[in-house]
Amino acid sequence: MSAKKTSAMDPARRRFLQDAARGTAGCAVAGMGLMWMVQDARALPERAIRPPGALPEADFLASCIRCGLCVRDCPYDTLVLAELGVDGAATGTPFFDARDIPCEMCDDIPCVAACPTGALDKDLTDIDDARMGLAVLIDQETCLNALGLRCDVCYRVCPLIDEAITLERRHNENSGHHAMFMPTVHSDKCTGCGKCEKSCVLPGEAAIKVLPIRTARAESAEHYRLGWEENNPLVDEIIDLPDRLPGPGTDNLAAPGGFEPAFKLPTVGGAGQ
Amino acid sequence: MSVKTALPVGHEAIRDKGLIKAHKYLILRRLSQAFFLSLFLLGPWFGIWWVKGNLSGSLTFNVLPLTDPFILLQGMVAGHWPEMTAIIGAVIVAAVYALIGGRVYCSWVCPINAVTDTAAWAHRRLDLPKGWQPKRETRFYVLGMVLVVSMLTGAIAWEVVNPISMLHRGLIFGVGFAWTFVVAVFLFDLFVSRRGWCSHICPVGAFYGLLGRKSLLRVSAEKRAACDDCMDCFAVCPEMQVITPALRGKDEDTALILSPDCTNCGRCIDVCSVAVFHFTHRFDETPAPGRARTKPKTHKKIGEAA
Repeated sequence: MSAKKTSAMDPARRRFLQDAARGTAGCAVAGMGLMWMVQDARALPERAIRPPGALPEADFLASCIRCGLCVRDCPYDTLVLAELGVDGAATGTPFFDARDIPCEMCDDIPCVAACPTGALDKDLTDIDDARMGLAVLIDQETCLNALGLRCDVCYRVCPLIDEAITLERRHNENSGHHAMFMPTVHSDKCTGCGKCEKSCVLPGEAAIKVLPIRTARAESAEHYRLGWEENNPLVDEIIDLPDRLPGPGTDNLAAPGGFEPAFKLPTVGGAGQ
Repeated sequence: MSVKTALPVGHEAIRDKGLIKAHKYLILRRLSQAFFLSLFLLGPWFGIWWVKGNLSGSLTFNVLPLTDPFILLQGMVAGHWPEMTAIIGAVIVAAVYALIGGRVYCSWVCPINAVTDTAAWAHRRLDLPKGWQPKRETRFYVLGMVLVVSMLTGAIAWEVVNPISMLHRGLIFGVGFAWTFVVAVFLFDLFVSRRGWCSHICPVGAFYGLLGRKSLLRVSAEKRAACDDCMDCFAVCPEMQVITPALRGKDEDTALILSPDCTNCGRCIDVCSVAVFHFTHRFDETPAPGRARTKPKTHKKIGEAA
């Protein structure tokens, strides 16, 4: 009988099991709340750019202990720790807003050197290899160069001038006989330092902005091949497609014995081509 | 119960030892907490960069790295193997606390201690009910929960809510709305659960308690025979369950407070007017006779005794 069994159970054991169940259930509830908060903390806003060498966001939140040593060793006060409810990044994690203070791309990368855990990857030894984000000429209507002026400031301040940003000439339809020099960012060189965004002369928001790579870049499908970059045949095993040579069974009108249309177009002379 | 139980906590100690001596360790602890906080504030406030960082991780004199081992452990569980600098820092911190008492962190360093001590003081002054008292093991459940959540989310989970780093980092780097967590802990301790946060919930304290299970520095109730049952030590102790085995032990029982829950805060030493307690090491085997068992007295009304 079950009732008898229950009463026969050692009271100490019973109490232990009850306590364990209560503790586990309580922790499950609290744990779900905590998990929700952790997931919520992943929502990194577009404006918050991580320091150079920062691991991808998911790994970053496993490795950054939020000590702020990178902030302390940043000579330009670029980096700040996110404040709860003020900055969008996870509380206490380092970031910078390029429009506020951009990264000056120090040669010795002191922020990375300062990081005790490797949340900022020590494998980054050349600051030109940093990929903090990617600059994008996001407002191509207000940009002064797009209006036909020679502002060029973002291009001039770029630490990798003519590599990360080039000026691409384009016909100016407005005047009909002038050129526009469109600032054009190249993702293979741009470090995401944000000097272009900082120096954009427009009041308020900049026309060129550093965006996180995840936002700025599309992803090519794996099977896409760029013919001008590949010397090898594009297809591994060449498929032998039927050759369209003159002959019976083809639609080559000129071929003897080929397709004969039901009616013939009037021709001036000779066979229809 | 002794008639002295009804007197205000620390009354006899203040009368016999004076106000300063009756708060000796409390004052020393506040100084210690202020000292550790000010080390971190010297940089941002005065440009003296002896210590950089915060309690989660720091660099002293540009050579000594220190890391919170609990935070690093969460990171490892979350799947990140840290650089050697952080590991060395965590080993140093863990070794020190394993030696002097894990929860020495709680009472001598942690900035939240002043908050919860204030809540406990206000709680006593307002004579509020003790409220929800979770079981002693609760903090270990919370500790396990934090590690599981870190593993499941792949992120250092407790730092999302940890009021210690919220307050400490907030004071050093800018607080934002992190102060709300500190206020929440204060109100929780004051109205919901007496000594609730530090003594029942906080997984950081639980972790450091585990670190210091075999630590050297201990409080001993060596002169327990002199105890006059004023109960003041129980009233001020944040972990009052640790006192009983030592204080109420018989001759053959050790007078050392060996529970890892003890924070070595020294308040029991402060409030004892008959000097039952003192700091010593865990191998101190000075014989400590238990209290002579007296016949249970017939209860007197408190008014009569005065």
